[in-house]
Amino acid sequence: MPADGGIGASTKRREDVRFLTGNGNYTDDINANGQAYVYFLRSEMAHAKINGIDTSDAEKMDGVIRIFTGEDFAEVGGVPCGWEVTDRFGNAMQEPRHPILAHGKARHVGDPICAIVAETLEQARDAAEAIELDLEELPAVIDMKSALAEDSPKVHDELESNLCYDWGFVEENRDAVDEAIKNAHHVTTLELRNNRLIANPMEPRVAIGMFDRTTDEHTLYTTSQNPHVIRLLMGAFVLGIPEHKLRVISPDVGGGFGTKIFHYAEEAFCTFAAKAVNRPVKWTCSRSEAFVSDAHGRDHVTKIELAMDEDGNFLALRTDTHANMGAYLSTFAPSVPTWLHGTLMAGNYKTPLIYVNVKAVFTNTVPVDAYRGAGRPEASFQLERVIDKAAYEIGKDPIELRRQNFITEFPYATPVAVEYDTGDYNATMDKLIEIADLAGFEKRAAESADNGKLRGLGVNCYIEACGIAPSNLVGQLGARAGLYESATVRVNATGSISVMTGSHSHGQGHETAFPQVIADMLGIDASQVDIVHGDTSKVPMGMGTYGSRSLAVGGSAMVRATEKIINKAKKIAAHLMEASEGDIELKDGQFTVAGTDKSVAWGDVTLAAYVPHNYPLEDLEPGLEETAFYDPANFTYPSGAYACEVEVDPETGKVTIERFSAADDFGNIVNPMIVDGQVHGGIGQGIGQALLEQAVYDEDGQLISGSYMDYAMPRADDVPFYTVDHSCQTPCTHNPLGVKGCGEAGAIGSPPAVVNAVVDALRRAGQDITHIDMPLTPSRVWQAMQS
Amino acid sequence: MTQVTMTVNGKAVSGEAEGRTLLSQFLRDRLGLTGTHVGCDTSQCGACSVHVNGKLVKSCTMFAVEADGAEVSTVEGEADEDGTLSTIQQAFREHHGLQCGFCTPGMVMATKSLLAENPKPTEAEIRAYLSGNICRCTGYHNIVKAIMAASGQDVSAIAAE
Repeated sequence: MPADGGIGASTKRREDVRFLTGNGNYTDDINANGQAYVYFLRSEMAHAKINGIDTSDAEKMDGVIRIFTGEDFAEVGGVPCGWEVTDRFGNAMQEPRHPILAHGKARHVGDPICAIVAETLEQARDAAEAIELDLEELPAVIDMKSALAEDSPKVHDELESNLCYDWGFVEENRDAVDEAIKNAHHVTTLELRNNRLIANPMEPRVAIGMFDRTTDEHTLYTTSQNPHVIRLLMGAFVLGIPEHKLRVISPDVGGGFGTKIFHYAEEAFCTFAAKAVNRPVKWTCSRSEAFVSDAHGRDHVTKIELAMDEDGNFLALRTDTHANMGAYLSTFAPSVPTWLHGTLMAGNYKTPLIYVNVKAVFTNTVPVDAYRGAGRPEASFQLERVIDKAAYEIGKDPIELRRQNFITEFPYATPVAVEYDTGDYNATMDKLIEIADLAGFEKRAAESADNGKLRGLGVNCYIEACGIAPSNLVGQLGARAGLYESATVRVNATGSISVMTGSHSHGQGHETAFPQVIADMLGIDASQVDIVHGDTSKVPMGMGTYGSRSLAVGGSAMVRATEKIINKAKKIAAHLMEASEGDIELKDGQFTVAGTDKSVAWGDVTLAAYVPHNYPLEDLEPGLEETAFYDPANFTYPSGAYACEVEVDPETGKVTIERFSAADDFGNIVNPMIVDGQVHGGIGQGIGQALLEQAVYDEDGQLISGSYMDYAMPRADDVPFYTVDHSCQTPCTHNPLGVKGCGEAGAIGSPPAVVNAVVDALRRAGQDITHIDMPLTPSRVWQAMQS
Repeated sequence: MTQVTMTVNGKAVSGEAEGRTLLSQFLRDRLGLTGTHVGCDTSQCGACSVHVNGKLVKSCTMFAVEADGAEVSTVEGEADEDGTLSTIQQAFREHHGLQCGFCTPGMVMATKSLLAENPKPTEAEIRAYLSGNICRCTGYHNIVKAIMAASGQDVSAIAAE
């Protein structure tokens, strides 16, 4: 095993040295010569007609270079949506135009109306205050059900209604599901909200557009999880710039969680403006601005019904969801409540009949799109909560009810199209019971009671679909792009390696973990391998990092490219050792001839490739560089079981998390330390969703939770240490690494555990409470206890 | 515009600032010390934490002119001259106390202050002290562990790394 460690080593991260010493290269740290700054003047009304914009005073102010309005973008493409959903009648979704700057109407608080480009940011801000906006306020469409009423004002006048689509899955099974529910021995019903969240990565968004008149080349620095996707969407659909003239660079990015996937108007603006004013144009989002311009997440209202027979076997599941799209369709938005949610409704269970209906609705709120888990937290939450409720109603232990319905044979074709490759849900449940010391719960509950606190235990399972995605399949489902990944493995003459990957690391530690894979395959030291990412001019086309896909898809591309390298290297080694190619073995960085003691080192082979003097030039090109594009055969299906113990203060309703345990099955693991860190972070966000966070709009569409003062981000004293375990491993059967991905699991599996625990605590105290909607703030819990 | 002079990481520096220029802007834009990060505009997140005359301060909540004549320490001054990481920095690395790195400078400076005041803090004391530093990536588990380790306490009993 190489010194640094290959697959399975908890190698300390290379990235840390620069981050710990303040030498990270985040987009706001970058400045271009002669750059100008842009400030966006945004709508303070949720819905308004723009009757006039008077910039005459502002234009005269110091330092102002140019002021742009929606008029300047009338001929320019709008911000595109990357996924077209077909409704259950076979019609395409309603798709409104999303202009770069609001034109005619402003449709949410935060909708950008003007862009002021000036020599300094302060001058741009000062000029913004001198702009006179003639806005005529219109009634705001905020509540989703009201938005669908006949007489509701329309967010987009050119559309028929505020209904983006009415999607049903699987539509052909709808009647059978209805029948099964009608005739079932017992049906448990639950109505719930999945609360609107704001991802709030610690680094706000930044964009720097540049244009070189002499070469006709555009460059965009942006805080993106996927620079190639931005190049594709912006270049092809918005600004009409061919790829070879558009370079997009995402340097160090301070967290994404999905929010930095999407192509945003500000990116297109900076790119456009840099050419228009012939200066680099830099935009730095302020946090308050982020609240009204970053895509929000979740925001579903759901009714779920679970039908069981007299023994508690699940017979059928029916769900009805309203999903908020916000005022415009963000890049992935239509796919989140449909293909990333409906297809997970089987969960870990053998339920034979499932029907999911989703109505996606436009409202005068910030656009909603994927946020850590993207559809899967919504699916897990409703399923695991209704199962808990069902267990209570029929008097069964919630763990036993789950176990008796577990899928135990794989591969398993669910009734909602996806096929799970492997899994062992009893194993993770057994592991959970052990690591969470569930046997000791009653004793801990008694101790809590002695301290005047109500202790509760919540247990749940989850499964998720990630490692997105097979391009053919998603194309059929409406994706407007492929979802493969790329890798170029460039071996240098003296044996070091540069890997150009289409994945992007914004906290996941790829610079450390990816070389571990290569080191493992070649038997060289991981320090010999360098990862290059985030620059479209250096890296082949890839789709970036989200959906827990980096190792499963990006890592697989890297493996395939490295296999090609090994293949060629063996031919070179065979020539050098005058042996037959079939007899060459590679181990620990040495090529040997089987059955002899002949060997050549990795470095000898690599040198020969680039100084091909003793080399089979008639049969083999010089050089040692290979590229692979990997299109996955299926999603991957991590799964697990989580347990949460809470204490509820009956006087105040305050909930504290006393214990949190997670037993996950991620298949094979490359860097356990990094994997555990991903689970910790996901759990932290899930606890945030369950207890603290909510994006709140009033009925006029004002975002009341508009800054960190009002939006409760979890802090260090809101969470405990977590107990996480990944020793249950059923490797993925369809990718070369056998990995399933781990980035989102924590955020998917944790909210149900927390809510199950609080409901349990209150029930044990004699309260007949079946559900409380997230976030379970002290006032909500206390209110529930009073009724 | 005023000329503002201060000592930053032991070096005397000088630059122009408006009355409204925040210390965080001055450090980043005037002095090119971009290790201090701006994560919010309401003084909650702590990514901009520095030391001013030995005190932990959110540099976004102070004007540059207020720091005239002060001794300022930023994350860039934490490692040795030759680049050797400090005990705190090493502990964060050892225990994976950072992921995207954006909150990290603030965490390091807060940790420095904490351990100066309280050399062997308990888990609860650490968590309370860090309530002015938001991290979105780590769930705080490894940050708290790293700080305990940096203070010389045994962290082997803390559940999974």
